Amino acid sequence: MVLNNIEKLLEKYDNGETSLKEEQLLKNYFTSDNVAPHLEMYKPMFAYFLVNQQEQFTKDVPLKTTRKFNYKWISVAAVAVLMLGFYFGTTASKDELGTYQDPQLAYNEVAKSLEMISKSFNKGTATVGYLNEVNKGASTLNYLNEIENSTSIIFK
Amino acid sequence: MTQTEFLNIVMPFKDKVFRVAKRLLISTEEAEDATQEILLKLWKNKKKMQEYKNIEAFSMTMTKNFCFDKLKSKQAQNLKIVHSNYEDGNTPLQKQVELNDSVNWVAKIIEELPEQQRLIVQLRDIEEYDLDEIAKMLEMNNTAVRVNLSRARKTIREKLTNTHNYGIK
Repeated sequence: MVLNNIEKLLEKYDNGETSLKEEQLLKNYFTSDNVAPHLEMYKPMFAYFLVNQQEQFTKDVPLKTTRKFNYKWISVAAVAVLMLGFYFGTTASKDELGTYQDPQLAYNEVAKSLEMISKSFNKGTATVGYLNEVNKGASTLNYLNEIENSTSIIFK
Repeated sequence: MTQTEFLNIVMPFKDKVFRVAKRLLISTEEAEDATQEILLKLWKNKKKMQEYKNIEAFSMTMTKNFCFDKLKSKQAQNLKIVHSNYEDGNTPLQKQVELNDSVNWVAKIIEELPEQQRLIVQLRDIEEYDLDEIAKMLEMNNTAVRVNLSRARKTIREKLTNTHNYGIK
């Protein structure tokens, strides 16, 4: 008998001894329409299991595919920069500074350049000479003080 | 491993992860977050993933541990998760409403089970895993799983019988 079988399965089921296949049989039986009245209470349980099997995860998962930056290349770049620096550094230091070996010649050269500096310096100060005119003008304004004196007397 | 390869591996069981997480955490939002977190963790460790024999079982163990951690921190915060995901049946048929109602009742009964039993019922009756697989996922032995499963099923049956006979809720 089918019903007998189901009851046996249910007992096994309660003890956790049913196989997955047997459980599938139970599920099929209880989701069908002709369930024996005295087993009616099992119906919602199996219905619930079936409904819950259908629930799905609908949210998106943001999978980031950004590749990790490779720090190896930073060291490679640093080495390259250092090499270039050394290369140009050594070539620049070879340049002559323009040192004179003969003291007389050096003295002459220094005198020449100092003379040149003083010449152009004088040229610069000569153009500032007209500032004296301003001073002269300012001294003539001194008579304004006299006016101030008289006004102070009045306001006393 | 490319994104598509990863998705091909993960797609078949991502819903299972979600449902198991929901069974433990109860709220849908929490379960969604947990699932997302777990998938991201898997993605981050995708290089190690090929070493695992059974990625699905491994993910389930991860889910279990993650949810238990979550629950622990929740308890520490004294927060209670409120279940608000019941769908109200708009079907006009009296019978369907009744069935829907009793299905919700089953949900409530399962919710009241201890976490371990809840998890086992989920894995066995809903996800339909082998007992050995469940034992491996939960890091328990086979008999312990069976005992827990049997206890859970008996509790569910008892409560269901009571409500069925007396209509007490």
